[in-house]
Amino acid sequence: MAVSTRRLQKELADIKRDGTPVGITLLSAEDFATWYLSVEVLGNTVYEGEKFALKFRFDGQYPISAPAVQFVVDDTYQAPVHPHVYSNGHICASILGSEWSPVLSVVSVCVTIQSMLASCKKKERPPDNDRYVSHAPENPKKTRWDFHDDKYVPSSPRRSTVSVLTISRRSV
Amino acid sequence: MSSDYEISDDENEYYDEEDDEMEVDYDDGSASEIEVDAFGDDFKVAVRSERKLYEVDYTSLSQPEIEKIMQTDVDHISGIFGVEPAVAAQLLRHMNWNKERLIEKYMDNASSVAVAAGVELPPREPTPPPPKASSSRLSSTGPQRTTRRTTAENLKSSPKSKRTTPLVEESKEFVCPICFDDTQTEFMSLICEHKFCASCWKEYITSKVRTEAECKIACMAEDCNIVALDPFVEKALGDDRETWTRYQELLVRQFVSCIPHLKFCPYPSCTHTVSCPSAATKSSLITMVPIVTCGASNTHVFCFGCPIDTDHRPVVCAVAKMWLQKCRDDSETANWIKSNTKECSKCQSTIEKNGGCNHMTCKKCKYEFCWVCMGPWTEHGTSWYSCNRYEEKNSVDARDAQTKSRASLERYLHYYNRWANHEQSAKLSMELYTKTEKKMEEMQVTSELTWIQVQFMKKAVDVVFRCRMTLKWTYAMAYYLASGNEKELFEDNQRDLERAVEELSELIEAPIDPETIMTLRQKVTDKTVYVQKRNEIMLEDTAKGYLEGRWKWNVTVEGFDSA
Repeated sequence: MAVSTRRLQKELADIKRDGTPVGITLLSAEDFATWYLSVEVLGNTVYEGEKFALKFRFDGQYPISAPAVQFVVDDTYQAPVHPHVYSNGHICASILGSEWSPVLSVVSVCVTIQSMLASCKKKERPPDNDRYVSHAPENPKKTRWDFHDDKYVPSSPRRSTVSVLTISRRSV
Repeated sequence: MSSDYEISDDENEYYDEEDDEMEVDYDDGSASEIEVDAFGDDFKVAVRSERKLYEVDYTSLSQPEIEKIMQTDVDHISGIFGVEPAVAAQLLRHMNWNKERLIEKYMDNASSVAVAAGVELPPREPTPPPPKASSSRLSSTGPQRTTRRTTAENLKSSPKSKRTTPLVEESKEFVCPICFDDTQTEFMSLICEHKFCASCWKEYITSKVRTEAECKIACMAEDCNIVALDPFVEKALGDDRETWTRYQELLVRQFVSCIPHLKFCPYPSCTHTVSCPSAATKSSLITMVPIVTCGASNTHVFCFGCPIDTDHRPVVCAVAKMWLQKCRDDSETANWIKSNTKECSKCQSTIEKNGGCNHMTCKKCKYEFCWVCMGPWTEHGTSWYSCNRYEEKNSVDARDAQTKSRASLERYLHYYNRWANHEQSAKLSMELYTKTEKKMEEMQVTSELTWIQVQFMKKAVDVVFRCRMTLKWTYAMAYYLASGNEKELFEDNQRDLERAVEELSELIEAPIDPETIMTLRQKVTDKTVYVQKRNEIMLEDTAKGYLEGRWKWNVTVEGFDSA
């Protein structure tokens, strides 16, 4: 059995047994290639009352390499307006790229993104949103992100679970 | 600064070694000239042993030779700090192989350097332990491999600073937190004690090395900064020698990229390095064009000073870069549009006039205007071909601007066409050579000519090719040279070389038949010698000009005094 399958089976079993953290719900996990989870930011935040969906795509290299994670943009869901989230749903977060660790899991990625949203003070798109969205590859993993210290949330420490962000990037 | 003495001591050693290498390589260099000398009768170009003015001193080093230099540094640091070589190597990599800075910082605060380099755990207590204590701890950082049977043993040797809540229980039911494969029995961990199964380690390291070309392998645990040392990497990779070899190559590349006087050969899958101390500083690049060839193949010609992978003599790196940039960008396309088109003064559509009279009707907005003065046509009456409103101020201005951009475009195209032409001709002459070679082979069979007697053609084509490359770049140089006597002299040399090259080109295109081949051979040989001489003069004089600071540019060039 492939490592990715075994690992995802185990993650799925854990979710079924222990449930998911508050605000995170498993929407669908019909195979070991694509999962959907919903994320809500609880408490008094700029996203109060909003619900987002995350799409996870796994290749055979998971968990050695990061899954491809993006917000779902369709009739039901929209990408949150956030300085690290592009309007096509792509997320610039270092843990999905250079700081990915194989011990991270689907749930821990959701928690990280949840706290990234929770710490946001002002709803705005990344400054280069239009330029990026018009040229972005379909799979966010194909984008090579350059992570910079987050200038939008000055209070967030460098290595907290809140991700650090982009100014520039190159498509590969 | 007490460490200074030791460093200089070591560097002497280092350079001695390099000098030896240099001599060996020098012999290689002259060997190729001896090859030329085999046709001694034909080519009486003086074989000078000393370096020419437009050449640069350099040494080619193979991967094992670089590894030896790295090992010397590692042993040195290992000796001074009293740490294992693998730890010393990681400390050096962390400090980008700046030994002096490493020693300084390590003497200042060994622990903070070791933690930052990922060879020591961050201290649990707020005050870091004294450096003495830490260095003794550093020596126990080899790979720790545990199996179910040796878990107890492993517990004994675990460091004092243990996580308050262990990631996994150290019972015999330990399951790797990455793959959750309960059939795995072999586990490995770094000094941080984050345990994972051997197969996950192997896959992780392979992915880092193969996919990401990364030689710094951090622990797989989240936010863990501990780095896997070489013995651990080798052990984890096991029988995958290919990845281990690639890992070592990446280490060499990292070292080479840190040392200013070293550069890795840019040719695909080549693992040689060139050492060129005289071109190591940016300021040296205004007086020389450091073209080097690595020891792997004499076709691996590249510039030590910039990323251009070809011989761009006689142009210095900064100017060559500007020229290539200019050829690539759209600045001249914009100029063409400016000088060949006008905008409809009503809807701003771009219009190119390709004939007809001055009465224009915009295709888009149907506005009627005069092409000459751009004013509305209603004021013109019947003057279809001449505009009597020609001298009005804004039309004069518009024409001036147009003339300027046209002149600039023409100037650029003058140089660009010649540049492109030499490039194209060089390619064609190589094609011609392949054809000629076939013919020569035939001639060897049908006539009395021997192999050596038909080789003059190859030599001639080589020389034409090389000189066309020189010529090509002289046009880039001339484009940026400020007008004046110096530029005129430069262009004289350029013209002489160009004329000689064209004549030789013509000769080698002449049809070959057995009756005339001996005269042709003589002619071609003489011309080849002459062309080589002109090329040498061209390169020599430009190189001398750089040293004398004789060349002045018509734009600001990085490193030079402003124009």
